[in-house]
Amino acid sequence: MKKSKLLLVSLTSIMAVLLLSGCENNMVVFNPQGPIARQILELINFSIALMLLVTIVVFGLFAFIVWKYRERKDNMSYEPPEEHGSTVLEIIWTVIPILIIVALTIPTVKTIYAIDEIPQGYEDKEPLVINVTSADWKWIFSYPEQGIETINYVNIPEDRPIDFRLTSAGTMQSFWIPALGGQKYSMAKAETQLYLVADNPGSYVGRNTNFNGQGYAGMEFEVLSQTQKEFDEWVKEVKETAPKMTLSEYEKMLEPSHFGRKTFSNTHLEWVDHSDPHSKNYTNPEMYDRGHGWPGKIFEDKDNYKNKDGNTVNTKHDNSEDMNHNESETDDSHGGEHSGH
Amino acid sequence: MGIKWDEFFVTGDPLIFASQIGIALTMIGALAALTYFKKWNYLWTEWLTTVDHKKIGIMYILMGVLMFVRGGIDGLMMKGQTAVPENEFLNAQHYNEVFTTHGVIMILFVAMPLLIGLMNFVIPLQIGARDVAFPQLNALSFWLTFSGAMLFNISFIIGGSPDAGWTSYFPLAGKEFSPGIGNNFYAVALQIAGAGTLMTGINFVVTVLKMRTKGMTLMKMPMFTWTSFITSIIIVASFPIFTVALALMTFDRTFGTHFFTISGGGMDMLWANLFWLWGHPEVYIVVLPAFGMLSDIISTFARKTLYGYKSMVISIVMISVLSMLVWVHHFFTMGNSAGVNSFFSITTMAIAIPTGVKVFNWLFTMRKGRIKFTTAMLWSLAFVPNFVIGGVTGVMLAMAAADYQYHNTLFLVAHFHYVLIPGVVFPIFAGLYFWWPKMFGYMLNERIGKWHFWLFVIGFNVTFMPMFFLGLDGAVRRAYTYSAETGFGPLMMISAVGSVILAAGFAALVYNIYWSARHADRNIGNDPWDARTLEWATATPVQHYNFASLPDVSKIDAFWHMKKNNEIQPLTEDEIEEIHLPSNTWIPIYMGVIFGISGFLLVFEWTIAAAIAALGIFAGLAFRSFDYDEGFHVHKDEILETERKWRKGANKGVKNHVS
Repeated sequence: MKKSKLLLVSLTSIMAVLLLSGCENNMVVFNPQGPIARQILELINFSIALMLLVTIVVFGLFAFIVWKYRERKDNMSYEPPEEHGSTVLEIIWTVIPILIIVALTIPTVKTIYAIDEIPQGYEDKEPLVINVTSADWKWIFSYPEQGIETINYVNIPEDRPIDFRLTSAGTMQSFWIPALGGQKYSMAKAETQLYLVADNPGSYVGRNTNFNGQGYAGMEFEVLSQTQKEFDEWVKEVKETAPKMTLSEYEKMLEPSHFGRKTFSNTHLEWVDHSDPHSKNYTNPEMYDRGHGWPGKIFEDKDNYKNKDGNTVNTKHDNSEDMNHNESETDDSHGGEHSGH
Repeated sequence: MGIKWDEFFVTGDPLIFASQIGIALTMIGALAALTYFKKWNYLWTEWLTTVDHKKIGIMYILMGVLMFVRGGIDGLMMKGQTAVPENEFLNAQHYNEVFTTHGVIMILFVAMPLLIGLMNFVIPLQIGARDVAFPQLNALSFWLTFSGAMLFNISFIIGGSPDAGWTSYFPLAGKEFSPGIGNNFYAVALQIAGAGTLMTGINFVVTVLKMRTKGMTLMKMPMFTWTSFITSIIIVASFPIFTVALALMTFDRTFGTHFFTISGGGMDMLWANLFWLWGHPEVYIVVLPAFGMLSDIISTFARKTLYGYKSMVISIVMISVLSMLVWVHHFFTMGNSAGVNSFFSITTMAIAIPTGVKVFNWLFTMRKGRIKFTTAMLWSLAFVPNFVIGGVTGVMLAMAAADYQYHNTLFLVAHFHYVLIPGVVFPIFAGLYFWWPKMFGYMLNERIGKWHFWLFVIGFNVTFMPMFFLGLDGAVRRAYTYSAETGFGPLMMISAVGSVILAAGFAALVYNIYWSARHADRNIGNDPWDARTLEWATATPVQHYNFASLPDVSKIDAFWHMKKNNEIQPLTEDEIEEIHLPSNTWIPIYMGVIFGISGFLLVFEWTIAAAIAALGIFAGLAFRSFDYDEGFHVHKDEILETERKWRKGANKGVKNHVS
């Protein structure tokens, strides 16, 4: 039985090593398609190597001690010595982890700062700005310079930094294209920012990783990296052939729903920028149907897009709501704090 | 008010309908059995109104095991759903409810009650006390926890379960996106249970500080007492944060305030911060007592005193301090500045230092020892390699830049299961096998215990190891389905098979409890493991007053030295005095019931009815204020008789029942 224990331990460690080396070739995080993802992968590989070393040492020591000092028929009379510790040894195994942590901290902090910037070698290339708006349960990509908008897919030129400006029309979501780099949250009335670059033309999967309700599992989009020429042609074609989106169409789109790709030759930014703390709320609580259970109260929301300007809103609700509402409307500096991201 | 019963009860799903009928029948059966066997009086006087820390501990453990079944079934349903791509066993809504309740129940109603149950039972014994500092408050803690757990559990058959994840992130968890009352269950039930936990924290801080027996200085306390003490301090520091956050959530959802909403200047990020300000210390609240149990168990079965006691104590204090300084690592991707992310990366990685010290101390406790492979020790040993995997992946996740690729993926899910299962569940099992004889007077069967061990450990690894790789391949958590093209199918299937083995292991534990209760040997002496700390210096099962005369302690591992010096002798009559103990009380269970009723009404947003019911809480407080019961005295004769019985057999013969 003790043998099988040892066997299990060694098997697990061997399995871990094998799986790590064996699967490396097809796991998306280990196949970076851009400089940011590559930088992160270097950090990951370094940490795996170091951690594997730690694991092997501890497993080895563990197996050795458990095996050597196991109770056997012939050592039943052995009485272990009184031993309270050793200051030297305890200092040693405090210092070793400290050294490991320092070794990990340096590249970690460097990478954290590095991936906040345009990656090295691309500084001279002008970044393409794409405004990403997440909604339940779709991704909206606006190209403000080109004046076009795509839903649930995004085309980007290769070898050029893309400056993704993330916000949300509703729930908190996380924008992730693992082949190109790490993820970042998109949040209503706030803007987050993410640089990504694709090395080559190709198609990659992007998705939401932050749970946001019934349609979450399907919140994927395609990232198509093209040559600059192909990209320009595509933009031109969209501008010529794609329909213009109307405000009511856009409002309809923000209702909780799931659909395929769409393309427009204008952007919703002309009506609303969801990262603006004073923008209207595009929420539709009455449309979230869980199919069973007791329905709760839904509260009146005066900043909702359905309340058109000039309409007097009926006041059937409590005062606290009024107070909150007035405060955020009159006190600009207070509202401004929310945008600082 | 006109209640629509088809909305009041959850309808439209055959599985849930079957559960509703099952629950109704079980309740009727239980009531009928209690009446038929005339056990009502026994139940009321021995258990429901008890203030004895040992019985309260056992009730916590019973509740934890039952909730483990519930949370486990949730887990199996998730694994069943994701075993193959595009499965239609559960729809999105059901899956969302299932993973939400799985998370909440496993952390708050399994890990916490099991640990607090063991703390309740063991700590007063380890420090040579006759009860906790506030026995009645202790009973209140239990009944509030129980009340919260029951309120949370009925949500799946009445009203609808919470469905925003155990983290309940806003704005999703607000009325703007989750208009049903499901998340009210989360807000209210956790509030009630959390109040109970906070009281436990206060109780144990005072107990450890004020109730230690003569000679037991802080640095002579057993390690489980130390970790429970530090845990209690973390509870006292962090639970109020959760209390406030849940209250604000309740206001948002029930009264339409705007703390975390999108509208009215609410701040969704505030919830994430408040939640994890409690949520991260919470992880250490469950892990630290488990570490303490491991220390005591490893030291017992290696027959050596704990190596590096002082550095162990320093480590847990360091962990408790760091636990309050790392919460941002749960959302590195929220757009924090590079400086903030760097800071929290470093504090998070720093936790590896004290944890590493502890692992090496455990290893060196065993060095030069004589390791006996009892089931309790196997669980403690299995902890080391499995937890190391959880630990090193934790360090990887702590590196903010790398976390951008791991965040919210199955890599993260695998990591925290590798921390929480080996770090909390393994030690709990170890603790149950270890202290079971003290609780019930018989041991759990070692043979079935080994089946339990191997099935569970293998099943656990098969379930969660594949998730690391799935995560690195881009599989995200909480998704109820995935397409076949992703290629996740095979590993997901392996993981699902693993979960069945895992469940079989747990079934072996349940069978072991049943088998041992019926067939196990009752004549095992007071110290079947040849253990080291004071709880073994009592009868088995422990006499209700714990110690006839309070022990005098001069060293760490007090009982070990008592045995060596042959100090446990039959007591003479003049050594014995009457013992003063607190009386039973109906107030704690009454408070639990009234909190449950009031909470239930609040969940349904019937606020006036809830307020009226809450008057009952004040009634309970008033009764308590005018309660002049001074407790009772145990007579000398009874003590003499009890002590004579068990001390005869102590120190000889019946020790080693383990083969």
